[in-house]
Amino acid sequence: MRIGVFVCQCGENIGRTVDCPAVAEAAGRFPGVAYSVEYKYMCSDPGQNLIKNMIKEKNLDAIVVGSCSPHMHEKTFRKAALDAGVNPFLCEIANLREHCSWVHEDIVDATKKAIDLVRIAVEKVKKNTPLTPIRVPVTKRSLVIGGGISGIQAALDIANAGFECVLVEKEPSIGGHMSQLSETFPTLDCSQCILTPRMVEVYQHPKIKLLTYSEVENVEGFIGNFKVTIRKKARSIDESKCTGCGLCVQKCPIKKKAYNEFEENLAHRPAVYVPFPQAVPNIPVIDRTVCTYYQTGKCQMCVKVCGREAIFFEQQDEMITEEVGSIVVATGYKLYSIDKKPEESEIKGYGEYGYGKYKDVIDGLQFERIASASGPTSGEILRPSDNKVPKKIVFIQCVGSRDESKGFSYCSKICCMYTAKHAMLYKHKVHDGEAYVFYMDIRAGGKGYDEFVRRAIEEDHVKYIRGRVSRIYEEDGKYIVRGEDTIAGKPITIDADLVVLATAMIAQPNAVKLAQTIGMSYDKYGFYNEAHPKLRPVEVSTAGVFLAGACQSPKDIPESVAMASAAASKSLVLFGSDFLEREPTVAKVNESVCAGCFYCQKVCAYNAIEKKEIKDRKGNLVKVIAYVNSGLCQGFGTCNAVCPSKSVELIGFNDEQIYAEINAL
Amino acid sequence: MEEEKFEPKIAAFVCNWCTYTGADLAGTSRLKYPTNVKMIRVPCTGRIDPVFIIKAFEKGADGVLISGCHPNDCHYNTGNFHARRRWILFRQLLNFVGIDSTRLHFSWVSASEGKKFVDVVTEVINKVKEQGKFKKYEKINKEFAIHE
Repeated sequence: MRIGVFVCQCGENIGRTVDCPAVAEAAGRFPGVAYSVEYKYMCSDPGQNLIKNMIKEKNLDAIVVGSCSPHMHEKTFRKAALDAGVNPFLCEIANLREHCSWVHEDIVDATKKAIDLVRIAVEKVKKNTPLTPIRVPVTKRSLVIGGGISGIQAALDIANAGFECVLVEKEPSIGGHMSQLSETFPTLDCSQCILTPRMVEVYQHPKIKLLTYSEVENVEGFIGNFKVTIRKKARSIDESKCTGCGLCVQKCPIKKKAYNEFEENLAHRPAVYVPFPQAVPNIPVIDRTVCTYYQTGKCQMCVKVCGREAIFFEQQDEMITEEVGSIVVATGYKLYSIDKKPEESEIKGYGEYGYGKYKDVIDGLQFERIASASGPTSGEILRPSDNKVPKKIVFIQCVGSRDESKGFSYCSKICCMYTAKHAMLYKHKVHDGEAYVFYMDIRAGGKGYDEFVRRAIEEDHVKYIRGRVSRIYEEDGKYIVRGEDTIAGKPITIDADLVVLATAMIAQPNAVKLAQTIGMSYDKYGFYNEAHPKLRPVEVSTAGVFLAGACQSPKDIPESVAMASAAASKSLVLFGSDFLEREPTVAKVNESVCAGCFYCQKVCAYNAIEKKEIKDRKGNLVKVIAYVNSGLCQGFGTCNAVCPSKSVELIGFNDEQIYAEINAL
Repeated sequence: MEEEKFEPKIAAFVCNWCTYTGADLAGTSRLKYPTNVKMIRVPCTGRIDPVFIIKAFEKGADGVLISGCHPNDCHYNTGNFHARRRWILFRQLLNFVGIDSTRLHFSWVSASEGKKFVDVVTEVINKVKEQGKFKKYEKINKEFAIHE
């Protein structure tokens, strides 16, 4: 092997504390080194040309560059090597700047160490093998999980760019939480008015395949090549025949048995129902748990009224397989239901507020429905217990948020804003009413947000009280709210007609299950972890999977939409080429010695180890061994470390290479 | 005389994403530490085979430092957890093999902890200096002349 050593002075950065000529001279005497030289700036064009020219002139087949950290210029020098006809993986970097000249002062010691570092790199490069980047084909389709505003935005962006997209929503209609909102802050735009056109656009888009009432069951494969199994739950309605006339919904005799989930349990719905009038698709679903037919085999009123014979009682769940290249996860959030403790949770809840016990202690989404023109009260502010207009209303912020003892330590971010909006909506509809807000801090960061809160306080005279509420109890039809005004420094009691709790936004109950299906990491609250909190906020550690919206952390609508567009554009970046190029530093199994113990499979975080059957010529099974799916492997090498027979090697960091480095220490 | 001049050799196995980058930061911040430590970069602490450590001692290291990402910060999600579990067992084995396990040091140093890296390295060097040269394999190496 003919190795060239190139020592960079980096101006004075290395040259001041490391005697570069001495390092180059010493390196020249290492076995295998055919040429060594020092230069002022190796990364400059003349420096790179020096490398390229010397590779050709001295017939070098590997190089070591003593320079800055490989995180800085490894790519530069690898490319220079490639340009001169040397495989880029036969280029090693000795870190003489960050790990030597900058951290040491004594020139003799530093030079000695620099020589050692170059020797280590020379020994390593001797064991390197030429590698070519792994090329994997890309399926130019995307899967979007979740049909809320984030999922809708991501799907539309991908589809409008000309690529097919599968949108999966677990509810019978897309729209998500945004479709439940009355008006949106800080502009007081009607939520449904801005959302429903988008929903229709999704439905009519030729590139979007919409699967509602469906859930992702399984995800296999890797970036560019995912195979997704989706369970399409039985609607008990033949979608191809139904016209959405709604006759079955009107005639269904079951009126009071089931709560309307869309109305946040403030109203009832029939057994056959459409979640809300603008639902997309406008096709009903039969709730088999309450439908008389499924209990007794009788009734069939819907069958009698349906002119299209669309009722399909025997319909089964259907499994659909889709092949996609990227996945956008936009599964959104849930509101923390404080009346009941989540199972197996240490969260204690807020029994003292009486949520679930008193009908007029409601949460934020319930108030949205009460304030919504399409809601159970047609937009009139009436309290649920007796349908009277509440004259005094109390809003409590941070119920469950920023409260480690009873809820979650994080801030739910949107409650300050939506509480101001609620108070404003209330004051606009009930002019003589009084609105109180208990708050800890006002967090109104965002364009026009703080102005919005000021408007609630100054123009609409909402009374803001800084402090927490200790207890709510009923007395003569009123709800006595006892709290503390920490600015006045005294306790305060308000006899309210209605209490609205701004409960925390929490992860979806099945968030962890989905994370495990796809291979995403999640935090202790069940929110999905991004690959890097600052620089890769929409990617997850599994390549080809992107996040959008509140499944990553509590978010408002504009942030969710922005993130969705970002996730879509990340997918489109992927679709920009027919093949993906990946670093070839992945694990590889030596098939002749692998005993098939599959310890490697147990430690792999990416499910990259598969089972491979070895058969003889007659087709008899000889043994089952491990096989590395190089598309999935991320190359962290734990498999290599645990393999008892050392049959798995991490290319680029294999045992031989590391032993060579240790020997040169 | 010999004792005074003793400069230990420390082999550091560091992960590419946290500690190597943290060491880079120490450089960028122009913090100073002694030259005794030399680093071997691996993708993840999960990659470090216990044999590497024994090999390093065999090849003349007086102390070994292993450092990677903090728990839950691993670039590969779980690599450092596997490493941690492995070290708990391996530490006890080291004494059995005849290597003083107090010469083996572990720490978590993130990419933003340049200062911590310097502190850890300096502490390890000082500790090994106190312990003196690691002589267990010296004789074998001389006899078989494996090294250098």
